Amino acid sequence: MASKQAKPEDEGFEVIYRRLEAAVTKLEAGGLTLEQSLALYEEGMKLARRCQEFLQSAELRITRLQESFANGLSVVRDETPAYLPNTESETEPTELPLE
Amino acid sequence: MIEATTVSALARYLKDLLESNLTLTNLWVEGEISNLTRSTRGHVYFTLKDANAAIQCVMFQRQYRGAPLESGAQVLAHGNVSFYEQRGNVQLIVDFVQPAGVGALQAEFERLKERLAADGLFDEGRKRPLPAFPARIGVVTSPTGAVFHDICHVLERRWPLAEVVLAPTTVQGFEAAAGITQAIRQLNQLDDVDVIIIARGGGSIEELWPFNEEIVARAVYASAVPIVSGVGHETDYTIADFVTDVRAPTPSAAAETVAPDWREISRRVQGMLLTASFAARGTLSQGLIDIDRDGRRLHSALPDIARHSERLASLLRHGASAVSRDLDQQLERTNSFTARLAALDPRATLARGYAVVQIRDGKQAVTSTKQVKGRDRLDVHVKDGRFPAEVSRQYGF
Repeated sequence: MASKQAKPEDEGFEVIYRRLEAAVTKLEAGGLTLEQSLALYEEGMKLARRCQEFLQSAELRITRLQESFANGLSVVRDETPAYLPNTESETEPTELPLE
Repeated sequence: MIEATTVSALARYLKDLLESNLTLTNLWVEGEISNLTRSTRGHVYFTLKDANAAIQCVMFQRQYRGAPLESGAQVLAHGNVSFYEQRGNVQLIVDFVQPAGVGALQAEFERLKERLAADGLFDEGRKRPLPAFPARIGVVTSPTGAVFHDICHVLERRWPLAEVVLAPTTVQGFEAAAGITQAIRQLNQLDDVDVIIIARGGGSIEELWPFNEEIVARAVYASAVPIVSGVGHETDYTIADFVTDVRAPTPSAAAETVAPDWREISRRVQGMLLTASFAARGTLSQGLIDIDRDGRRLHSALPDIARHSERLASLLRHGASAVSRDLDQQLERTNSFTARLAALDPRATLARGYAVVQIRDGKQAVTSTKQVKGRDRLDVHVKDGRFPAEVSRQYGF
């Protein structure tokens, strides 16, 4: 399981990625002292590493909506068994079997 | 005793009777146009007839919009039956006309398309951009078909960071439109879904029909979450396709549209790190030049430069391991940078017999004859230190 789901929302991939973008933009803009510049580079490096961890270790999660009458018709999510990627070659979307 | 009623009351009763009958509302009638006339106010009157019967029709000016009305034309007319009290006529109030021969479903499709377009449901201006990195992707489709499997397959390959939330619904038959509508609403209720895919495999116009229903179009329009449609095959267009923020030709294509490719994003991250390293090196070089100009710090700053340079090299090595693919390239660049850094070292320049000349009060380095005049005091930096100097008395006079 990817580690991101365990982390709070503000630590999601996009937040880290945007922080990396901001650090790089600031570095590129220049006008920094040597110390600031190196500190910023160090931060960017850590952020980049975290981004790569997200990207390389993620596993698709699949949940499914269910109506819960107990909770007054609210919508709840149900974890379904992990999706097993089809190993066959990719195919065009096929016709739906008649339901 | 039988009580007499008024003509007005009877006419009113007949009007109510006809207008409340579901068979006589929202119906399509096929026939030939005759007795076509147009009133001064722009309303159009005609008769629809076939071999055995005829019915009076009216098309009001605001609905007319250049409908293909022509005497003798065979058409499909859409409207409601009513009773015109003043004249005692039963008439069809027509709001849409299609040439006959296109089929009733196709005619209905064109009618809805025109109406919803007029209501602004297709406006390009309200199409929203899709999220760059969707964390939660809602999928409205059948839980049993191949479509959901295909979508998950694409998402697993391209963007496994996401969570797929299936809102299961039947996508065919009488209950499908209501089911799709409800699924879209439920995903909106969750409050944490970033984008929604509505999808269905290929089929005939009848099988795809739920995606042409007005309630589905309205639900898509009302969704606070951006929606991508992937219904049928490439050539199939549904009403829903016109309302969604993005129309993809197939369910798999909808998944591709929604999900960035993680490899591409990974390359972008590497690229940013490279940019950052260049920028950091730039600052370091600039620092050297600044120190070169500031003669007083020339010697004391050099150990700092060496330290920063080492730290940078070490950071670059760490950075490189964070993006392992670039390891060799990074190290190579670091090494070449170290070589360039050595070339920049002002001590090497001074050792070759050059000197840095600095105005004593202003501290700026002298790079032009125009910077000095007679009797200006200078500092001259050479390899092992500095000595004071003065510009010749006559210089500049």
